[in-house]
Amino acid sequence: MQWETVIGLEVHLQLATRSKIFSGSATTFGAEPNTQASAVDLAMPGMLPVLNAEAVRYAVMFGLGIGAQIGRRSVFDRKNYFYPDLPKGYQISQFESPIVGRGSFEIQLEDGSTRSIGITRAHLEEDAGKSLHEDFHGQTGIDLNRAGTPLLEIVSEPDLRNAAEAVAYLKAMHSLVTYLGISDGNMAEGSMRCDINISLRPMGSDTLGTRTEIKNVNSFRFVEKAIRHEFERQADILEDGGRIIQETRLYDADLDETRPMRSKEVANDYRYFPEPDLLPVVIDEDYIESIRAGLPELPTGKRHRFVEQYDLSRYDANVLADSRTLADYFEAVVASCGDAKIAANWVQVELLGQLNKAALDIADSPVSAPALGGLIQRILDNSISGKIAKQVFEAMWQGEGSADEIIEARGLKQLSDSGELETMVDKVIAANAGQVEQYLAADGDRRKKLVGFFVGQVMKLSKGQANPQMVNELLAKKLV
Amino acid sequence: MHDKSVAQLGEGLRDKQFSSLELSHCFLDRIARLDGAYNSFISVDEDAVLAAARAADERLAAGTATALTGIPIAHKDIFCTNGMRTSCGSRMLDNFVPPYDATLITKFNRDGAVILGKTNMDEFAMGSSNESSYYGPVRNPWDTTLVPGGSSGGSAAAVAAMLAPAATGTDTGGSIRQPAAFCGITGIKPTYGRVSRLGMIAFASSLDQAGPMARSAEDCALLLNSMAGHDPLDSTSSELATQDYCSQLGDSLQGLRIGLPREYFGEGLAAGTASCIEAALKELEALGATLVDVSLPHSHLSIPTYYVLAPAEASTNLSRFDGVRYGHRCDNPVDLHDLYTRTREEGFGAEVKRRILVGTYALSAGYYDAYYKKAQQVRRLIKQDFTSCFEQVDVIAGPTTPGPAFALGAKSDDPLAMYLEDVYTLAVNLAGLPGMSVPAGFVADKPVGLQLIGPHFAEARLLNVGHRFQQATDWHTRRPASATGEAV
Repeated sequence: MQWETVIGLEVHLQLATRSKIFSGSATTFGAEPNTQASAVDLAMPGMLPVLNAEAVRYAVMFGLGIGAQIGRRSVFDRKNYFYPDLPKGYQISQFESPIVGRGSFEIQLEDGSTRSIGITRAHLEEDAGKSLHEDFHGQTGIDLNRAGTPLLEIVSEPDLRNAAEAVAYLKAMHSLVTYLGISDGNMAEGSMRCDINISLRPMGSDTLGTRTEIKNVNSFRFVEKAIRHEFERQADILEDGGRIIQETRLYDADLDETRPMRSKEVANDYRYFPEPDLLPVVIDEDYIESIRAGLPELPTGKRHRFVEQYDLSRYDANVLADSRTLADYFEAVVASCGDAKIAANWVQVELLGQLNKAALDIADSPVSAPALGGLIQRILDNSISGKIAKQVFEAMWQGEGSADEIIEARGLKQLSDSGELETMVDKVIAANAGQVEQYLAADGDRRKKLVGFFVGQVMKLSKGQANPQMVNELLAKKLV
Repeated sequence: MHDKSVAQLGEGLRDKQFSSLELSHCFLDRIARLDGAYNSFISVDEDAVLAAARAADERLAAGTATALTGIPIAHKDIFCTNGMRTSCGSRMLDNFVPPYDATLITKFNRDGAVILGKTNMDEFAMGSSNESSYYGPVRNPWDTTLVPGGSSGGSAAAVAAMLAPAATGTDTGGSIRQPAAFCGITGIKPTYGRVSRLGMIAFASSLDQAGPMARSAEDCALLLNSMAGHDPLDSTSSELATQDYCSQLGDSLQGLRIGLPREYFGEGLAAGTASCIEAALKELEALGATLVDVSLPHSHLSIPTYYVLAPAEASTNLSRFDGVRYGHRCDNPVDLHDLYTRTREEGFGAEVKRRILVGTYALSAGYYDAYYKKAQQVRRLIKQDFTSCFEQVDVIAGPTTPGPAFALGAKSDDPLAMYLEDVYTLAVNLAGLPGMSVPAGFVADKPVGLQLIGPHFAEARLLNVGHRFQQATDWHTRRPASATGEAV
């Protein structure tokens, strides 16, 4: 049977606030264990939570970014369960009245098409600490640095249909939240974690099958693999006439398999009820409008603008608008050189190529946007050819200076003096009498090929600096 | 010295009639000699008391003293005190020494008051008789075979027996007012949110409120001046500006409308208590107040409502006591489950366990709507009852408790009978209102308390009604024989 996969994702997004959601402790990643845990984070007796206004602002920014309803009166609830890295014995979360309601956003698929994916809700909550089971000789270490880190849990509708779409969703989410500046979206450090709800149904059916939930998947690649694996597992069961058990599973990246969580890891009744230590969060129109006014241009809007304003292809626009820093870089190059098409080409091919090779982020690029713009200007004013420009770019990457400095120092300026060029052309014609004869005897296509030989010789003679267009013109004049 | 009011002691200190050191020695001495009979203190750190007294004397000498500088004050052992054991009356926290002060303690320290000691209490403030304490029951100074009331029974007994000039308590369902009534002292539970809850170990977060307990309304006002105010670290504390709670003391009661809820004078109220209250009301009438019959039609629902909501909140507030980070931990746990279950089984007493079970049940899937949610709805009705009453009257008055103090052990095996003790006090917490108990007579030598209830943030008004009543009566000046035999 042909099966259709139905996927909904729950993304736990760590918000990039300086302090925790309910205490003043710092949220820096990678600090010594328990050095970023205050009396509140440790749930010492009598300690009380105080809501971080910045976390609320970030959540509202996200809500506006996906065109969602903002909860005018959102309520924090206690989610009760015992675990050593959950100091209070409950997590402060939002259950019935989340801060962000229904919204949607656009994802880009590999074929360049787009899809709109529904967001059911997003709510604020605190993260738990970490249990460290190694290095403690049969005991468990607890690190509460992460306890109380603000999270936005973003729940999608079951709108995704395959692993590629799920990954595209996560990439678009990553792009959106980094544009908004509300999270670093760093999956490796756990700033963006994902639970996958997945079920299968016969192609064409519109009822949902029984789903399983795969917890805590923390890379794009693992999301893809976990979904592929779970699809196969469920399809095997269904094709054998079996039934899917609704359960929570873990993806084991080492074994590339999902397996059920131990029953102890699954709490059944969280006994949610409104957190009496916090007041409901009341949000008014003025507050929302002030945040809306400060929102940056978002990825979807930027992509559309790039296509219209710069006449870029959809593909180029998608690549360049993928991250805010890349888009800003690109636009700075355009501003400096004035030609969006060449700028788009250079940023995508040369710059991104070098960055990937060096595993560098664009923010750390050794070549700044104005510097790259300066180089492109020299192509545009015929000071250098595209080929020479690549050499210059290499040198710029190595830190040898600006395009002009390198062109000057290496004497790479394009030779456009017609007198000098004519001498060179004459020399080449004189030295290659045989080829001249062949050329004159040939016609049409063959001539075109042969002229390339003469151009090549002139370029060689000029050490690549001859203006190719002028050389062509001279050759056409002389080879008669 | 020990029989003087806080106001008088403050004057004496500032006039250099005696020093804080002398005063502190006086109370430390009384505690050492007399508290064996009452068991009202869990911890007294003499060195810390004397050091604080010396610091207060320096401040007195420097002329920077406040109304409370140098005054020894006893604190319910529910308030975290930096470097000093804070047990909450539980084995669970028998070894717990907080590295921080409750905001209330910080404020008293700021004003130069001396922490005299930490008073006994029902375990985690759950109880109406002070019999659930891990440190043993407190005895009523008026008759040591009687309970002092709870849960702030240690504070009430200490103040009544003149082991402290004043004390702090907390009131979740009557825990300041009921022991104040049983011990013949004055206590006020302020409006919910008036005093910070930070560093006060939580029982039921939406109901808990700290307040002063003393031998007069005036002394309560002096303490409240120090305690009250917004705390940015307690989101539920009110941002409304505080006032000088002494400022209205002495205002005339002429024209004051006092509402008498008929539900507070019906079945269940002991005859002796009823006549004391009636006499007290006549006194208030003589002072110029008008008595008005009112009704709080949902009163009968306050016990079931409270005993769903308070345990529900408590069941999760107490989840943090898991043996992982502080407090009691069972010996040699074999695994996590064993650590949790044995730690909590050993650390908590019967009443605490009962309420955790009740609360867990009330919040469970399938029961939440019928219990917790329903109780929240009824809570709103109870609140509305008061709102409509306060459209007609300025203050509501009635008995604090159905009867006077009962014998130790009389109700300890019957939780439901014990819960009925709170019938007149619970609704005040559910509505978040200020409530006060003032001594209003005796039944067979047992004190009776008159309860005064005000609209939100009407503490100054309540304190003045209590003060005028105390200027006209002498019930609050009576002292238990067990504590006066030693009098100088």
